[in-house]
Amino acid sequence: MENLNLEGSAKTPSITFIASEGKLELKGRSIPENSVEFYKPLNDWIDSYGKSPFSETTVDIKLEYFNTSSSKCILDLFKKLEGINGKGTAVKVNWYFEEDDEDMEEAGEDYQAIISLPFKMIEVEEI
Amino acid sequence: MELSSIYDLYKTMEQENILLSFKGVVTSDLLTSVLQIMESKMNYMEESPKTKKKVFNVLVECLQNLYHHIDVDAAEGTVPQREIIEAKSALFIIAKEEESFQIRTGNYIDKESAQDLADKLEKINGMDKEELKLYYQEVLNNGNQSSKGTAGLGMIDIARKSGNKLEYKFLEVNEYTHFFCLNVKID
Repeated sequence: MENLNLEGSAKTPSITFIASEGKLELKGRSIPENSVEFYKPLNDWIDSYGKSPFSETTVDIKLEYFNTSSSKCILDLFKKLEGINGKGTAVKVNWYFEEDDEDMEEAGEDYQAIISLPFKMIEVEEI
Repeated sequence: MELSSIYDLYKTMEQENILLSFKGVVTSDLLTSVLQIMESKMNYMEESPKTKKKVFNVLVECLQNLYHHIDVDAAEGTVPQREIIEAKSALFIIAKEEESFQIRTGNYIDKESAQDLADKLEKINGMDKEELKLYYQEVLNNGNQSSKGTAGLGMIDIARKSGNKLEYKFLEVNEYTHFFCLNVKID
């Protein structure tokens, strides 16, 4: 299956998904006014990927900030990944946040509390 | 407007330490521009990365609230064009006091929505940090997302990020409409 490669913009993150390696990365800022439109291709892509996934699916979330519209879409994304976890693939999430960024750290904890995927919090100097 | 009131307005804005203000229709492009301007300003002011992010986050949510919730579909066709534009307009001001940023917004709102919003804000202001976190998680997990992408989380997020109570007032304009004033303090 083809990889997914969306370039980032002032309001949207870059999205890279390498199917053959099961690696998904979201990087940058996610602040579009209507995130449902933006995240739809990714959701569709995961549906296809889920039919024959790689044995391990690693999700790297490296966001500087995201608006509340995106936070709902990101949750839905995690729920979709929960749906394919254990069905031919082991999904794990790496949540990156910059040192001293308590808000982003807390945001990761918010998701950790809701979803059942293995979740790792990774503090870095700069995203 | 008298010419000398330009100076009065200048001085008021200077005294209030206003960094940016705008009155008009909030569009997607306007949002992008305002965010870019504020980012440059904060870089120039050498604010800490932590403060910059907080202010930026609150700003995004406040402005996107103005963008999404000023809805006058009902008025179109029954109200003169100029009044519709007026109804869709909002005001926002970004100011910096000594140790805190203040984001102020003002917009018209219908009476019914005003009541719902007032209830929500009262609820949010009555919560401490932990309660807000749980409330946010609950709405995030159980709430529905509208077709415009809104998730019912904006005000909760603003309260969480600012770390302060939301200051607000509803002014009665006429029997159908209020004017909603909001002040968010970030320190």
